[in-house]
Amino acid sequence: MAKTLFQKVWEAHTVRKLPNGQTQLFIGTHLIHEVTSPQAFGMLRDLGLKVKYPQRTFATVDHIVPTNELKEPYSDPIAQEMIEALRKNTKDYGIRFFDTTTGTQGIVHMVGPEQGITQPGTTIACGDSHTATHGAFGAIAFGIGTTQVRDVLATQTLALSPLKVRRIEVNGKLAPGVYAKDVILHIIRVLGVNGGIGYAYEYAGTTFDGFSLEERMTVCNMSIEGGARCGYVNPDQKTFDYIKGKPYAPKAADWDAAVARWASFASDAGCQYDDIKVFKAEDIRPTVTWGITPGQAVFIDEKMPALETLNAADRQTAEDAYAHMKLAPNTPIKGTKVDVCFLGSCTNGRISDLREVAKYLKGRKVSPSVKAIVVPGSQLTAIQAVHEGLDKIYIEAGFEWRGAGCSMCLAMNPDKLVGDQLCASSSNRNFKGRQGSQTGRTVLMSPLMVAAAAITGQVTDAREVFKV
Amino acid sequence: MSLAKITQVKALALAVPGDDIDTDRIIPARFLRCVTFDGLGEHAFRDERTGPDGKERPHPMNSAQAARIAAAKQGVMVVGFNFGCGSSREHAPQSLWRYGFTAFVGGSFAEIFFGNSTTLGVPCLTLSKEDLAECDAFVRANPDVEVTVDVEKLTVSAGAKTWKAGIAASARDGLVNGKWDPIADLLEGTDAVAKTAGGLAYVAGK
Repeated sequence: MAKTLFQKVWEAHTVRKLPNGQTQLFIGTHLIHEVTSPQAFGMLRDLGLKVKYPQRTFATVDHIVPTNELKEPYSDPIAQEMIEALRKNTKDYGIRFFDTTTGTQGIVHMVGPEQGITQPGTTIACGDSHTATHGAFGAIAFGIGTTQVRDVLATQTLALSPLKVRRIEVNGKLAPGVYAKDVILHIIRVLGVNGGIGYAYEYAGTTFDGFSLEERMTVCNMSIEGGARCGYVNPDQKTFDYIKGKPYAPKAADWDAAVARWASFASDAGCQYDDIKVFKAEDIRPTVTWGITPGQAVFIDEKMPALETLNAADRQTAEDAYAHMKLAPNTPIKGTKVDVCFLGSCTNGRISDLREVAKYLKGRKVSPSVKAIVVPGSQLTAIQAVHEGLDKIYIEAGFEWRGAGCSMCLAMNPDKLVGDQLCASSSNRNFKGRQGSQTGRTVLMSPLMVAAAAITGQVTDAREVFKV
Repeated sequence: MSLAKITQVKALALAVPGDDIDTDRIIPARFLRCVTFDGLGEHAFRDERTGPDGKERPHPMNSAQAARIAAAKQGVMVVGFNFGCGSSREHAPQSLWRYGFTAFVGGSFAEIFFGNSTTLGVPCLTLSKEDLAECDAFVRANPDVEVTVDVEKLTVSAGAKTWKAGIAASARDGLVNGKWDPIADLLEGTDAVAKTAGGLAYVAGK
């Protein structure tokens, strides 16, 4: 019988059926970071349990690390305590830790792919909702809570129920200046922030076939923003080429067998989906959010919605959003003044993002009214960018070049908005207060749109600014 | 490990309206700078409750009803649709539970929030849109009437009203049988786990 990748991976990792009807699912790879793991290690100690398969857990530190302060102890004693707790826990239990001193630290969803730990046909869990990023490689990857982190540490398994699978097909070629970020913002806008509850999203179609792995990661990353706990792209030659040669990739003798195994997990022709949605790439334009959920988005040349065009429930959220954002219904978002520009995060902090923006940034200057920061998602990305001279381009344009981490995506470190500053952000969430100020405002967009906002001091169309 | 059988929660209720209430709103990220869940209860909905000037904002969590629930360490929160969306942070249900909420009733719940709550022994029951509106209105109008969240019968009732409720069968099974924390079951499967692990051709970390 023809099966989806989700079904094949699920079956291969099923240990047994639990008394409550759930599946005990084996987790091939477990990723941890400093925020959602310390309590889990505390629970293990309380229960007198050990880490069952320590070689299957990998750690890094990303949320709390300062990006402009490389020396320890950090000025924030709590950040210092959290990083030290992770050092102790990984040492006590024999877990590999990509620490800040190794040159391999970074946002957990960048470290996995960079190290070749993220592989097709595997199950990957992490106490972080953006774990679906790893689905770009054809893995079933999803976020878990801290008690579940304990479950994985203690047993390498989770109690779960299978998801339905929705195929989201995007076909055609994106117009110049339209990016993977616009694709996922558009999908969420159309299907809703809760449209994916109960589903795994399988992203497919010729647009995805043409995407690089980094572009696929951008889309899979934001699956949770559409309510889907996991999203994936079927593995293909591009996937295998990306993994080849990475530190944890199968070596010479094992490589061909690994590729054959990985390829076998791809969804079969003729398999049954619980739902299918089809989009045309040429219908998608640069997209920006105007509200406080990632689904509240418009094309850059559209007006924000008039309240009377919305249904009762959406209207209530929209009223709340307009009040928080200090924006007016039925007016263009283009021209909105911007105070801060953030280029980074597990959505858009990869080398391809930094290269694409740098291509257009040469000879341009950040508006004097704007604070602009660029935060490579990982140390390896930062090293590569410096090697290519990208840092100089950003610095000359007036961006601050920072160290690797989550930074202003969620502002658990010192990178925060102040007051009601409005931030043009390449990150993934525009929730109220998300960027560290209760009254701070976030407008999500692609990296090039962030650069255009930095230069003009307003939300604007990058295609016009850069003559794309 | 012996756990209580959670068949019913009978307590005062608080309506916290709105759809797509995300976990950043439930517990802002700055309170995640910690290595334990202790003390999270007092920060639940912190930025919704307190303005940037430090003054209280109009929010249900600032009501006398919320204070009664906090004192009783027992309460039902009546919410909208897609409650708990966003981050996987268990800090969100932990903060509400530590505040005093022992059950949620809403239109729908984000999946990770739902799982995190169930694993704490906090049931999340869903009502139809119409029934939820009625329940929400009843709770506001009758703050002294206890609401009964019946996990076994799958109903929510208050006063003379009873609404038909839903929850994933596995979550209901775990709650009513005192197996809402799956660790004991998962540990029992150790040999079967070793077999599955051995059959998988990949071992990350090799």
